[in-house]
Amino acid sequence: MSTATAERTGSHTTSDEALLELDNIGKSYGNVHALRGVNIHVRQGEVTCVLGDNGAGKSTLIKIIAGLHDYTEGTMKINGIVRRFGSPRAAQAAGIATVYQDLALAPLMSVWRNFFLGNEIRRGLGLDIEKMKQICDAELTKMGIAIPDLDRPVGGLSGGQRQCIAIARAIYFGARVIILDEPTAALGVKQSGVVLKYIVAARDAGLGVIFITHNPHHAFLVGNHFIILKLGRVVLDAHRDELTLDQLTAEMAGGQELEELSHELRGVDVDKVVDVKQGERVHVVAPSLDQEELSEVRSEEAEEEK
Amino acid sequence: MTATTVTARDERVATRSRAALFLSRPEVGALIGAIAIAILFLAVAPAFRKVENIGTILYGSSTIGLMAVTVALLMIGGEFDLSAGVGVTTSGLTAALTAWNFGLNVWVGVLIALIVSLAIGAFNGWLLHITGLPSFLVTLGTFFVLQGVNLAVTRIVTGGVTSNDITDMSGWTSAQHVFAASFTIGKVELNITIFYWILLTIIGGFLLLRTRVGNWIFAVGGDSSAARAVGVPVVATKIGLFMAVGFSCWLTGMHMLFNYNNVQSGQGVGNEFIYIIAAVIGGCLLTGGYGSVVGASIGALIFGMTQLGITYAGWNPDWFKTFLGVMLLLATLVNMYVKKKADAR
Repeated sequence: MSTATAERTGSHTTSDEALLELDNIGKSYGNVHALRGVNIHVRQGEVTCVLGDNGAGKSTLIKIIAGLHDYTEGTMKINGIVRRFGSPRAAQAAGIATVYQDLALAPLMSVWRNFFLGNEIRRGLGLDIEKMKQICDAELTKMGIAIPDLDRPVGGLSGGQRQCIAIARAIYFGARVIILDEPTAALGVKQSGVVLKYIVAARDAGLGVIFITHNPHHAFLVGNHFIILKLGRVVLDAHRDELTLDQLTAEMAGGQELEELSHELRGVDVDKVVDVKQGERVHVVAPSLDQEELSEVRSEEAEEEK
Repeated sequence: MTATTVTARDERVATRSRAALFLSRPEVGALIGAIAIAILFLAVAPAFRKVENIGTILYGSSTIGLMAVTVALLMIGGEFDLSAGVGVTTSGLTAALTAWNFGLNVWVGVLIALIVSLAIGAFNGWLLHITGLPSFLVTLGTFFVLQGVNLAVTRIVTGGVTSNDITDMSGWTSAQHVFAASFTIGKVELNITIFYWILLTIIGGFLLLRTRVGNWIFAVGGDSSAARAVGVPVVATKIGLFMAVGFSCWLTGMHMLFNYNNVQSGQGVGNEFIYIIAAVIGGCLLTGGYGSVVGASIGALIFGMTQLGITYAGWNPDWFKTFLGVMLLLATLVNMYVKKKADAR
């Protein structure tokens, strides 16, 4: 364990200083706290995984770092300097690139137009199309993405290919921190594998990677540091060598929660298989909850709405 | 013997042939339609075949085309402008009424009209951004507002429904030369609007396909949140597009004023749909993110040919709008069919 730590600090002498540092970051919408007291340190050449269920505050976190939202509590430091981003453009200028879950690619536009969107190369009045196609082709080939026709609209490509184009684009445009929002969520096993390889490639290139996911297995394959969010708070913040996959999975599923859940479902006969005769009508009876259970569910719902 | 395709890198995707690439362009449907209509009227209308009438047909097309070019850009940017039709009238009235009412040089009126038209465009874009309402609703609002203002202000200033005669005011002759002159080349008489139309088409086409602004227009229409996320100034692009439509309104409005010597305060209503039809026939998607400026101009040409072709053929011109509606549906279907075929190849 100590050797791993030594190697980590040894291989990147500058990495002690975080590229991106969130101190006690919080965001509230009116009286709703979407995010509270989050601390994240993203270092060069490291993959920081942020895990959490739906509504855990992952998207809010990304939007703060990407410059889509401002934060209301705490401080965000880039290279040690406190920053607030007014727009995604400002975040990009500071070297933070975000690859969104719903893909920041316009589906009807061609591959090369998408690749250079917002960073077009100009020659005189117009665009230097030849050069852009050339660079786009070279960059995609370098990352092992085979797209024979760069004039093809992005919408016709597979989800994995689109993710890879978005990642290649972020790396090419000098990102130092790259945020990947659920890049493997909609992909099959093979395609997820390809995307995970790009995450490693980005790490090896010296980028700080923030990998947002709800899949602990994918996270554990590539992550150096793990943060689990729940209802807008950090519930786990651990380095790789303080953790096993099982622990991570259990934490992610909310180990304690799982126990509670099985308690809730007591009395359900799991082995039972019900035989239905042909032609017989099926009735589903709503499960009955006693007063205590009902009030618990309500208070949980109220908590979640916050 | 079976032909084997040589595959470069991915065996699932064969390189598309030049023909398929050509057919996948958005303006192909309009081009086919324009050729078909030209052949139809050349066959049935003897007057259509006369060289002298080319100028008349092109003139009719140009008054629509001047607007269709910027309306198409706006549609590719994902928005509509229903106030474009009455906006033309507003611009013409502004120039005529300010010049007459304050006794100004006509050119000052022209300049004020330009400012007003650009301001209306900017206001549409700004309102869209502030309210977050669909542009269909926002510009429907400005459409009615402008329609009322046109009638009411004209009534206040002139006491009637027509702008006053300003033909004897200083600057009229030079302004008429700029906005409504006509030239004779050979046997064909060409109005200056035809040159403006072609110029605007070239500028618009270049802007859309060869500049970064064009890239942004495609992106804000295709997926505005994606565009914003990569740093495209979405709001500025959209406001700019509305202002471009404002510019077109001004140019067309000035032509109307200097060609007919006055402006009727009630005209222009309904023309906004003709501009949209031209853009859609030219391959613009209603949902944005796809389309062509050249296509929109071909759409305007189809409009001009049909309008005059029906008259030349001796058909009842009452049927013109019906014909236009059928054309719109056919063009949309052809566009869809061609695009599907080309993408599948």
